[in-house]
Amino acid sequence: MRVTRINKKEPALKAEAKVDLKLLEPLIKKYKSKKGNLIPLLQGTQSLYGYIPAEAMMILSKEAGLKVSDMYGVATFYAQFRLTPVGKNIVKMCHGTACHVQNAKAVTEDIQNFLEVKDGETTPDNLFTLETVACLGCCSLAPVMMIGDETYGKLNGKKAVEVIKEIKRKETLSQKKSLTENISKN
Amino acid sequence: MAQTKVIVGLGSCGIAAGAGKVYEELQRIKEADNLDFELKKTSCIGMCFKEPLVEIIDETGSYMYGEVDAKKADEIVEKHIVNFTPVNEYIVKSDVVETKFNNYFDGQVKIALRNCGYIDPENIDEYESRGGYQAIKKIAGEKIGVQDVIKSILDSGLRGRGGGGFPTGLKWKFANNNRSKEKYLICNADEGDPGAFMDRSVLEGDPHSVLEGMIIGAYAIGASDGVIYCRAEYPLAIKRLNIAIKQAREKGYLGKDILDIEGFDFDLYIKEGAGAFVCGEETALIASVEGERGMPRKRPPFPAVSGLWRKPTNINNVETYANIPWIITNGAKEYAKYGTEKSKGTKVFALTGKIKNGGLVEVPMGITIKDIIYKLGGGIINDKKFKAVQLGGPSGGCIPEYLSHTIVDYDSVNATGAIMGSGGMVVMDETTCMVDIARFFLEFTCKESCGKCTFCRVGTKRMLEILTRITEGEGRDGDIEKLEELAYQIKDGSLCGLGQTAPNPVLTTIKYFRDEYEAHIRDKKCPALNCKKLLTYEIIEDKCTGCMVCKRGCPTKAISGEKKMPHFIDQSICIKCGDCYSKCKFDSIKVY
Repeated sequence: MRVTRINKKEPALKAEAKVDLKLLEPLIKKYKSKKGNLIPLLQGTQSLYGYIPAEAMMILSKEAGLKVSDMYGVATFYAQFRLTPVGKNIVKMCHGTACHVQNAKAVTEDIQNFLEVKDGETTPDNLFTLETVACLGCCSLAPVMMIGDETYGKLNGKKAVEVIKEIKRKETLSQKKSLTENISKN
Repeated sequence: MAQTKVIVGLGSCGIAAGAGKVYEELQRIKEADNLDFELKKTSCIGMCFKEPLVEIIDETGSYMYGEVDAKKADEIVEKHIVNFTPVNEYIVKSDVVETKFNNYFDGQVKIALRNCGYIDPENIDEYESRGGYQAIKKIAGEKIGVQDVIKSILDSGLRGRGGGGFPTGLKWKFANNNRSKEKYLICNADEGDPGAFMDRSVLEGDPHSVLEGMIIGAYAIGASDGVIYCRAEYPLAIKRLNIAIKQAREKGYLGKDILDIEGFDFDLYIKEGAGAFVCGEETALIASVEGERGMPRKRPPFPAVSGLWRKPTNINNVETYANIPWIITNGAKEYAKYGTEKSKGTKVFALTGKIKNGGLVEVPMGITIKDIIYKLGGGIINDKKFKAVQLGGPSGGCIPEYLSHTIVDYDSVNATGAIMGSGGMVVMDETTCMVDIARFFLEFTCKESCGKCTFCRVGTKRMLEILTRITEGEGRDGDIEKLEELAYQIKDGSLCGLGQTAPNPVLTTIKYFRDEYEAHIRDKKCPALNCKKLLTYEIIEDKCTGCMVCKRGCPTKAISGEKKMPHFIDQSICIKCGDCYSKCKFDSIKVY
C-alpha cells in the first residue's frame, strides 16, 4: 500500500503571497552557474521581497538546479533569512554584551508592551516587526536600536517608545493623507 | 597658505551618533556661504565616546571637536573658520590647546589602526601617501622570496588576532608546503562576538591595509583566489571594501602578474555572511562560503591541507592581515620590539560597558588590564566600583577586579580562565550581576550552537535552564556542581571552538564569584540588585508623601494607603515589576 502523505493541503503561503516572480530572473542569470551560489541567491531573493516566498524557492530550484530541502536547510540555519513577510519598519533591538549590561532588556520590555508583540512578531497593522539582534557594533552608544537605516543610541524605555510613536504618527498621517487624496480624486 | 581641512568621522558609530547630518550641514554652509575649506571624510579614530567628531586642521594645528551636531557645526564654522577663533569648549583633542583628552593616545601604539581616522577610506591615493602598498612594492622591487616573507612573519611573532592566537607565520608555512596548484586565501571578517567591533572599524577605516595584507599572504602561500567573508550586518564595511577592491584592480595591485612579479596572479571577492556566530570558526566559514549550512567539519585535515573546495586554504582575521604590510615595511624586529616574550606586537581592544571613554584602543601587549581601563578608558561611569571585565565574548570569561594587574598577552589571559578572543573588553561595575552575565552568554551560545554535537546542542540548553532558574530564585543546592559537571562535558564533547569554549563564562564566574551564585541559590538574593524576581520593594514611611503615583501605577494593586499618608506594599501580591521604584519622585522606595 502506498503511504499517503498527511499534508494534502496546499501550503498557505501560495494562496496569500502574490509576488512578482519575474523579478528573480536577473538574479538567477547572475548566479546560475557559479559555485556556492545558494546563499547569494537566497540573499538576493530576500532583498527583493523582504522575505523568501515559498514559490520563489520553487523557481530557484527549477531554474538554478538547487534542492528545495537544501535551500530550506540553509534558510532556517542563518539568522538573516525570513520565511514570512515582515512589517514596514523592522525594529532591531541590540542585545549585545554592552547593551545587555546597560539594561537593554528593560528597553525591549517597554517596546514589547507598547507594540504588544513579542520578539520576532509583527504588529497587526503591519507597521512594525520587532527583532532582537546580537550586536549592531555601536557598543559605545549602548543600548542601541536600529529602525530602517537609522540607529538610535543611548536609549531608555521611554526614549525608545517615543521614537516608535513618532514613526507611527508619521505613518498614520501619510496613510490618512493618501486616503483623503484618493477620496478627493474620486 | 595651506587650505584649511575639515574632516568628519564617518564610521558606523559616528553615523549612528549623527555624523551624516553634520557632514551634510557642513557641505550646505560651505556652498551657501562660498567658504574656502576642504571638506573631507574619514572613519573611526577610536574616540567613540565623543562621536560625532569633526577635526579642523589649519595652519596652526589640529583641533578635534567632539559631540558635534548640526547646530554646533554652524557655530564652529562661523567662529573657527570665518573668525579664526577656535571654540575651546567643544574641543576634545588638539595639539594646540589644552584639553582633557589630549593624552588619550599616549600609551597607545597604532599599527593595525595606523590609518584609521587619518585617511579617507574611499581614496586609494591617501592610503598610498601614508606608506600604503609600499610593502608589496618592496617585495617586488627587492625580489624578496616567498620563504623570506614567511620567515619575517614568523620572526615578528605575530599570532592570530581573531582569538585563537596561532602563529600566523606557521599557518602560512603549512599552506605554502602544500604543492597543490589551486590554493585559496580567506579573510575572516565575520566578527560575531557581541561587544567587539575592531574588525568593522579596520574595514571601514582602512580597507586597503587588509587588501595589501591579503595580497602579501597570497604571495607567500601561492594562492590565486581570495575571499573576504564579511558579516552582512556591516553594510558600510562591505561598501568600502568593494570600492577598495575596484581601486586596487585599477592600479594593478590585484589581477595578473601583480607588480610584474612573474606568475603572481591574485584576485578576490566578498562573500556576505548570513548571520551565524559559528561561521567565525574556520571550517564552518568554509562550509558557508560553499553555500551550505555553516557547520564545522572535523579537523584534521586542517584547512591548510584541505579547505575551501577541498583545496589548501589559509584563513586569517582582519586585524592579522592589517598588521602584515607594516611588518614587511618596517621589519620583523621592529614589530617584535613591542609586547611580551610569547605575545609580540599590539592588540586592538573595543572598550565598552560601564566605562567612561568607550571606544577603540590599540595597545602594546604586556600592558595591564587596569591601565587600559583607568588610563585609557578613564575609569568607571559615575565612579562606581569596578567589579570585573569580560574578555573574549561568549568564548571568554570574566576577570575580577583583584586580578586587574593581569597583563594582556595570550598566556596570562588564558591563565585566568578567560581568553584574549578578538578583543572585546566589556567593563562591569557593582550593579552587574555575574550570574545574569553567565546566563546571558549561555543564552547566546545556546541559540548559536549549530546543533552538530550533542553535548553543545543539549548541554548548553540544560546549563541555560539551570542558570535561568537560579536568576529567578528557583536555584537548588547542587546546582553549581551540576553546572561545572556539564561545563567540562561540553568542553570535552564538542568538535569546534564554539562548544569547547561556551562554558567559559560560567566557569570563570563560578571561580571568581561563587559567593554570588550562593547568594542567589541559598539566600534567594541578588547582591547586584539586578535579578528582578529576587528583589524586595519596600516603602520608606518617613520619606513617603502619599502622592499616590505608585498606587495608581501598580499593575497588581499591591500598594495601599490613603492620600498624604505613607503607603504600603503587600509583598504577597507584588510581582516585582519595579514600576513604583521608577515612578517615585521622592526616593522613598527601597530595594534590597
